[in-house]
Amino acid sequence: MAKVKVRLFARLGDLAGTREIEVELGEGLTAVDVYRLLCERYPAMAGLNGSLMYALNAEYVDAETPLHDGDELALIPPVSGGCGVDDR
Amino acid sequence: MLFEVTAEPLDPQRLVDAVRRDEAGAVALFYGVVRNNNMGRNVLYLEYDAYPEMATRMMRQIAEEMMAAYPIADVAIQHRTGRLEIGETSLLVAVSSPHRKEAFEACHALVDRFKEVVPIWKKEVWVGGEEWIEGEAVK
Repeated sequence: MAKVKVRLFARLGDLAGTREIEVELGEGLTAVDVYRLLCERYPAMAGLNGSLMYALNAEYVDAETPLHDGDELALIPPVSGGCGVDDR
Repeated sequence: MLFEVTAEPLDPQRLVDAVRRDEAGAVALFYGVVRNNNMGRNVLYLEYDAYPEMATRMMRQIAEEMMAAYPIADVAIQHRTGRLEIGETSLLVAVSSPHRKEAFEACHALVDRFKEVVPIWKKEVWVGGEEWIEGEAVK
């Protein structure tokens, strides 16, 4: 089993009611598998898959990246830092 | 180079000092400021959330991209988190270069890139509601 720390930000943190969760996964399961697991726990998270990005140990990775014991996975909704969204 | 995510008010002079070089005749300094309206809503304030360790790492990465693409001397970036009132500064970007054109261009490109990849989010709170704002999903 792999213990993975999952960090949730912005809307995802609100939906889960927490910003950090520890999950136990079978070896070889991937970033998107964690998202699917969370959707079972928090049905309001369903439907975000097309827009989510994943960061493994603070670097962007592909959704299919396998996870290992001790990893930190972040679910990254589309970012919106800086100033207004429409002022390019 | 200076990259920071902080809950404290931002400090433009510190960024300018960080990028200033004897051989650089220009420093472009961009302020992102909280404005009082968005999509027809009267915004009361914004709340910024961040993944700070990754945000500073991505700031460094996009600064290095800009240093490779433009003849610039140095880059500094600060972003604030937590509750920001109208008129407060959420983002500062400073770019130094030998001549002004490159400083302006690189600063502009860097802010665009920042808004695509740096893991920071804002929640808009307006009269009668609130919402996490999500940018365009990019790869």
